[in-house]
Amino acid sequence: MRELELYFGPQHLGMVGNFSITLKVEGDRILEAAANPGYLHRGFEKLMEYRTWIQNFPLVCRVNVIEPDHIEMIYAMAVEKLAQIEVPERAHFVRSIYLELARVGSHLFGLWAYANMLGFDTVAQWAMYHRDLVLDLFEELTGGRVYHIYIWPGGVRRDFPPGFTDRIVHTLHSIGGCVPDYNSTFFDNRLFYERAKGIGQLTQQQAKEWGATGQTLRATGMKYDIRKVEPYAAYDKVDWEVPTRKDGDAYSRILVIRDEMIESVHMIFKLLDAMPEGPVYTRMPNPFKWKVPKGEAYVRCESSRGELGLYLVSNGGDKPYRVHFRTPSYPHGLIVLEKLLRNASIADVGNIMISLYVVAPEIDR
Amino acid sequence: MKEKDKKGSIFSPFKAIGCLFKKPRTLRYPFEPKEPALRCRGFHLNDWDSCTGCGNCADICPNEAIEMVEIPELESRPKEGIKNERPKVDYGRCCYCGLCVDICPPGSLRLSRDFFHIHFDTSTFTLIPKDEATDKEHFFSSEEYSVLKASLTHRKRDYEGFKSDLDYCLFEPERIPMPEVPPEERRLSFIEQVIGYNKEEAKAEASRCLECKLCEEACPAHLKISDYIKAIYEDKPDESLRKIFEDNPIPAICGRICMKHCEAACSISKRGEPLAIRWLKRFAADTIKDYKAALELKPGEPTGKKVAVIGAGPSGLSIAYFLALRGHKVVVFDSLPGGGGMMRIGPPLYRLPIEAIDKDVNHIASLGVEFRFNTTVGKDILFEDLLKQYDAIHLGIGTTVSRSTKVKNIEKALLALPFLQANKIGKPPSVGREIIVIGGGNVAMDVAREALRLQYMQYPNQKVVTKTVSLEDWDELPATDEEVEEAKAEGVQFNPAWGPKEVKLDQDGRIKGLLCMKVKSVFDEQGRFHPTFYEDEEMFLEGDMIIEAIGQGADFSFIPKKLFEKLEFTPRRKVKVDENGMTTIPRVFAGGDIVNVNLDAVTAIADAKIAAEGINRILSGEK
Repeated sequence: MRELELYFGPQHLGMVGNFSITLKVEGDRILEAAANPGYLHRGFEKLMEYRTWIQNFPLVCRVNVIEPDHIEMIYAMAVEKLAQIEVPERAHFVRSIYLELARVGSHLFGLWAYANMLGFDTVAQWAMYHRDLVLDLFEELTGGRVYHIYIWPGGVRRDFPPGFTDRIVHTLHSIGGCVPDYNSTFFDNRLFYERAKGIGQLTQQQAKEWGATGQTLRATGMKYDIRKVEPYAAYDKVDWEVPTRKDGDAYSRILVIRDEMIESVHMIFKLLDAMPEGPVYTRMPNPFKWKVPKGEAYVRCESSRGELGLYLVSNGGDKPYRVHFRTPSYPHGLIVLEKLLRNASIADVGNIMISLYVVAPEIDR
Repeated sequence: MKEKDKKGSIFSPFKAIGCLFKKPRTLRYPFEPKEPALRCRGFHLNDWDSCTGCGNCADICPNEAIEMVEIPELESRPKEGIKNERPKVDYGRCCYCGLCVDICPPGSLRLSRDFFHIHFDTSTFTLIPKDEATDKEHFFSSEEYSVLKASLTHRKRDYEGFKSDLDYCLFEPERIPMPEVPPEERRLSFIEQVIGYNKEEAKAEASRCLECKLCEEACPAHLKISDYIKAIYEDKPDESLRKIFEDNPIPAICGRICMKHCEAACSISKRGEPLAIRWLKRFAADTIKDYKAALELKPGEPTGKKVAVIGAGPSGLSIAYFLALRGHKVVVFDSLPGGGGMMRIGPPLYRLPIEAIDKDVNHIASLGVEFRFNTTVGKDILFEDLLKQYDAIHLGIGTTVSRSTKVKNIEKALLALPFLQANKIGKPPSVGREIIVIGGGNVAMDVAREALRLQYMQYPNQKVVTKTVSLEDWDELPATDEEVEEAKAEGVQFNPAWGPKEVKLDQDGRIKGLLCMKVKSVFDEQGRFHPTFYEDEEMFLEGDMIIEAIGQGADFSFIPKKLFEKLEFTPRRKVKVDENGMTTIPRVFAGGDIVNVNLDAVTAIADAKIAAEGINRILSGEK
């Protein structure tokens, strides 16, 4: 059969996001796949070298459109590490709750993308609706629905508004109450099982070698989560489990995502119970005079997609000297994806890509 | 090991059919509008009345979406720290992060919950934000408002979203407390009350400065305040002092007694405590032990011109400095034994020690300025001789004659200036146990607080009282709040809104007390000083010593009558000067308290800057 070169994306129904894969196919079989990023390159890392420490704070969240919160978190963590800013106890809890809400919102978005990709439109609409409820919470807490611009060096930008705790509980209950519906229509649906089982499978050894983190790694049976390995915020203050699966295929990955979402909801309830009173912000230095001491820091956190890292260098000036993000979609979208697509069928390209939870803006930055 | 999977059934999704019988979850927008959250970050609102035009919003904006534009119909009031500029926002660039709200010192800038603007013309995307209080035209009540018309010019009233909160703002509203000697301790001696910042404190205080420069416009001498504060923050006191010396050659003096017009204009003062600008200047001046080495100032190339400066007060010292830098030969005459003029005799030792004055004066002398102390013009040397021998004369003679109330028996009382002078550079007089100070201004506070100290020193562990009596009531006392509070803390008693009627004497002719009458009003309808009294409402204040501190006048007796007739005055009895600082007598310039109405050191420096330019221009033959 004749070899063909096929462009999958950026204009392709199966593609989510501004991303493209160049496939070399023979019939329905993929011989070779080359990820083709660059459609969303905005040059954040360079741009940040030209903005003051505070001006970068509204910028960093834009690295990942779907889930800006963890990027805010690592930027704040890195600056706090370099400038030695203490964060109040309550702020750690607020940050954790906020980040877990972000995880729920992001996973619901991921669920939308995956269900939509496979043609489960009903589930996709439900997930989008529930994500909107989470966005309502963000809007109330931070004033923004998509770019929250909330975690900043020294703590968070505002404390919970009155009655906010009750509304978190209410929203999470209404999302949690729909989990049986999601199960019956999607996770326990035979059609979904057939479509995802055994697709894009990798072993734990491969996952480690290829730099996979997050669900991709945990779906191969490895209990690896930065929140446990290197706890930040208030993750060491409450008990929670790291959900894993053994098979390392798309099916396992999606189930890990579902379990994580449920675990996050439980964790938020525990965090809300344990949250102390007090201030949530240690005042940052005057932004017009702020010079962060010379030094370098690498910080990491567990974003919804895996290990998110930030390498930040200060030469003692009012702007960062060098910024580099380690985003989880980078190895997932460029390395793992290329390898998993080999010998897959064309119909599974989007399936595998979205099951790896690849978000294009994270790759390009 | 293989996990057991629940393969599920193909029939399980049919459960979703139940949703057909449920109400829809989606909103039918815009018929079912969704109310934005209370913290929603939408379009800007700006309260024009409290906006200072400081421009911090424009400086912090990460997208350069904010530009400050001058609004001609608004009035700039530099003394209050108000500029007639307002932010203009380009919504093509704005990212609604709200940093501008968090940095806004007066809290005038807020974000509203409006966020719709649809237009084919991109020029409509810029806006000079106002709020419903100042813009009645574009804000509508919820009945009149329609979301279908929503735009930058069709907004909802009372729709404030993300607003400023002092607990989360980006500037520090509280100043670093200045270490001071406590009142109980300081009133026992003339120890300097303010200890001064150490390096860390000064750096921390300097770090609060937002560099908006409203202070520089408020300062009569327009010191480069934000630059010298920045230099302190950057640990460069030399650089800081150099910046100060561009406009002010007496920082050790001004760093202690300046009336700090700058701090009243500081944008942070709108909701917090202003920057301690005066104390930071003092820090720079005190940290550098040797001005000359740090500044490396050199007198200008000699021009051969000679200028006589009468009075070594702030205006005389400043003009001597500015002219010396331009190479003119300057000789300063003063009747006191040292430099400083009124600074040498007026401000008490606990506020301005002699060493601080001498530090500034000696530095100016080191630039080649000749000082002739103990020389009274008109007595030791004649004014007309000076006029012949010198190319120009500068009068910085200040107001050196204390005024008196002229009530009955007042000749038994002391006057403020001789009392202060004796304390500071002479022999402190013996004081009574119960002292009455007449006056409510800063000089009266100085007198009262000095008198109190002398009492504590002369009558240790005995009961002593110092009280002031002033025409003005609490809310109109001319003394600064700071002075009044400090005097109160030290134990000075106040009797505001009482006027002196008669000094009562005992049989031996000694002071028994002061008979006072209740004040009806101090100023007339035009705001001029014109006190009226309730003659029948009297109060008797007991006391064995009375000091009058009700104001001073200038002494022009050294100017020959013929010349004096040529000297013109303004309606407020100030010497009239032109834009060069020259009086109506040719080649005679003037500055300081005889010219301006502020009656303070920094305005005298400002006058001296103008006169120095004027003298230089005239001496170098420019027109």
